[in-house]
Amino acid sequence: MSRLNSGGGRLRLPGPDLGLELCGIRLAHPVINGSGTFDAIAARRAFGEQLGERFPFSMFVSKTITPEPRAGNPPPRLYETPSGMVNSIGLPNKGLEGFLLDDLPELARLEVPLCVSVMAPSREGFATLVERVGRRDEVAAIELNVSCPNVKSGLIVGEQPSESRALCEALRPLTDKPLIVKLTPNCADPAAVAAAAAEGGADAVSLINTLRATGLDPATLRPWLGAGSGGLSGPAVRPIALDQVRRVAAAVEIPVIGMGGIESGADALAFLAEGASAIAVGTASFRDPLAADRIRAELAGELAERGLERLPPVPLASTST
Amino acid sequence: MTDRIPAPFGRRSCEVVANTATGGYRIVSALDREGPEPLAGQFYMLATDGWGGPGGRPYLPRAFSVAEAEPGEGAVRLDFLLEAVGPGTSRLAALALGERLLLTGPLGRPFSKPAELLSGADGAVLVGGGIGIAPLAILRRSLADAGVPQRVLLGFRDRAHSGGLELFRCSEVRTASEDGHSGHQGYVTDLLSVVLEGDDAAGAVVYACGPPAMLEAVRVLCEARGIACELAMETPMACGFGSCFGCAVPLAGGGYMRLCVDGPTVNAAEIESALVAGSGHT
Repeated sequence: MSRLNSGGGRLRLPGPDLGLELCGIRLAHPVINGSGTFDAIAARRAFGEQLGERFPFSMFVSKTITPEPRAGNPPPRLYETPSGMVNSIGLPNKGLEGFLLDDLPELARLEVPLCVSVMAPSREGFATLVERVGRRDEVAAIELNVSCPNVKSGLIVGEQPSESRALCEALRPLTDKPLIVKLTPNCADPAAVAAAAAEGGADAVSLINTLRATGLDPATLRPWLGAGSGGLSGPAVRPIALDQVRRVAAAVEIPVIGMGGIESGADALAFLAEGASAIAVGTASFRDPLAADRIRAELAGELAERGLERLPPVPLASTST
Repeated sequence: MTDRIPAPFGRRSCEVVANTATGGYRIVSALDREGPEPLAGQFYMLATDGWGGPGGRPYLPRAFSVAEAEPGEGAVRLDFLLEAVGPGTSRLAALALGERLLLTGPLGRPFSKPAELLSGADGAVLVGGGIGIAPLAILRRSLADAGVPQRVLLGFRDRAHSGGLELFRCSEVRTASEDGHSGHQGYVTDLLSVVLEGDDAAGAVVYACGPPAMLEAVRVLCEARGIACELAMETPMACGFGSCFGCAVPLAGGGYMRLCVDGPTVNAAEIESALVAGSGHT
C-alpha cells in the first residue's frame, strides 16, 4: 500500500494516468457525456444517491437549453435501426429561466465540472444565453449547439464556416468561460467549419452531432417519426465520426472532443488516436447507464496493454506492442 | 404518491432460471442477486448477451413491467411475460436456462394505492389486455396483501394471443376473448361496462394495462362515469431512466410527460388520450 501513498498528493490507483486538462478545466479522465444523452436529474430519481457516488463522466454536459421553454416533438420520437437509433426529440427544455432556477442548482450537486449546452434561433438569443449562463460560478464551460437555423439568414449555422465564425466572434467577448462548438456532420466540410469556429474564438470543438436520418413505418410506408425525420446515433455512425474527427483534428489547433457510437475502450482509444483530446459517450448510456464507467476502465486497460502511462497525444505507432 | 424503489445504478446480469410457454406467450424468470424487490407497476429494461447480433438489431434494450417478484435467499426471482413480436422480444423469448438476462431496474413510478386515487376507495377493478396483463398480476397480489377487494377482468384477441393466467393464481378472474375461446366473446371493456354499472362501483378505482385501444376505451368509460383510473402505459423508450426523452406522452394540459420517469403508471385524467403514436414497436 505504501506506493499508493508515496506521492504525498492525491491517491491514484495503479495504471495509466487518465487525467487531462481541457480548456483549462482539470478532468479526472477523458470520458464525458454527449449533450442530451444523460439526464442527471432524472437519473437521480431512478437510481438515488448512487448516481453521485459512481458518476461515470469526468464532466457533465447538460441537455441543450434554449431561450424559451420547448415541449419537444410529437411522438413517436425513436426509431431503432441496425446498430443504432434515429431520434427526433426536438430539444424539450425549460428555457433559460427555468434552467437557471430549477435545473442548475440540481446539476451543481454533481462533483464534476459542468458544461451547459445552449442553442438559440438568433445571434442575440445566443448572446443572452452565453451571458446569463456564463455568469454562473457553477458553470465551467459552454457548448454551442449550432445545428440550428439562423432566423435571419435561414442557414444552418453549423453548416456554414462564415456563420460559425461570426457567431463565435460575437459570443467570445461575452464570457471568460471556454466556448465549445458542437459540430454537425451534416455538411460538406466539417473541418472548414471547425477552422472557422477556431478563428472566431472557439476554445474547443466537439463532434459529431447526429446524422440526419429517417425511417418508415413498414405498414404505411410513411415516416415513422412524428417529426418526419431525425438524427442517427449509435455504433452505426462510428466510422463516419472517426473520419470527421481525424479531418477536424488536422485542421485546428484547439482541442477536439470526439464522439459517435463509442461503446468500448477500444473505440475510445481510436478517437484519441485520431486526435481527440477527450471523448463523449452518448447512445451507449441508453443501453447501460454505467456504460461510460466500463468504457473508461477498458480505455485504461487498452493504454496499459500498449505500455502507455498517459493519454495520447503520444506516438502510438512507436510502441512495441 | 407511492414512492418508487430506486434501481441499482448500472445494468446487471441475472441468471435465467425458467422460461415456460403459456398460451402464445412465455414467462421468463431470472434471479436478481443485486436488486431490490420491485413494486407493482415498476419495469425493467431488458437485453441479453449477443444483443444486436449479426443484423445489428435489436440494438436498444426493451422495457417490460415485472409480472411477479418473489424474494428468496439472496435473490429476488423476477417474472416477465413476453410475446415474440420483433427482434428484441424474439431474442428475450428464446432465452435458455442458465443464459443471462441483462437488466436495469426497477424503474418508473409504481401503481398508486387505491386511496391515493380516490379518498375512501373501497375496492379495485383490474383490467388487462393481452401481454399487458403482466403488471396486474403483481398488483393483484399486493392489493390482496393489503386486503383490498378486487375484481380482475382480462381480455385476449384469440388463443394464439393469450396466456399468463397462471400469474393470477388463487384469484377469481373473468375473461373475454374476441374469438370466444375464453369467457365472454367480445372485449374486456364490455365486462368493465357491466362492472361499472354495479352498485359497488362508486367506491372502486380502476387499474388498466393493455393495448392502446383498450386503454383508451377504459379511459373514456371511466371519465364518463367519474371513476378514478390509473393506466400502465407503454411507448418506445431507449433508456428507461429519463435520459433519451423518447417516451413522450401528450398531457391533457399541453406538453409531454416522460413515461419512464413520470410513469409508466399514469392517472387517466392527466392525459389527453391513451392512443400514443408509435406504441408497440419492439
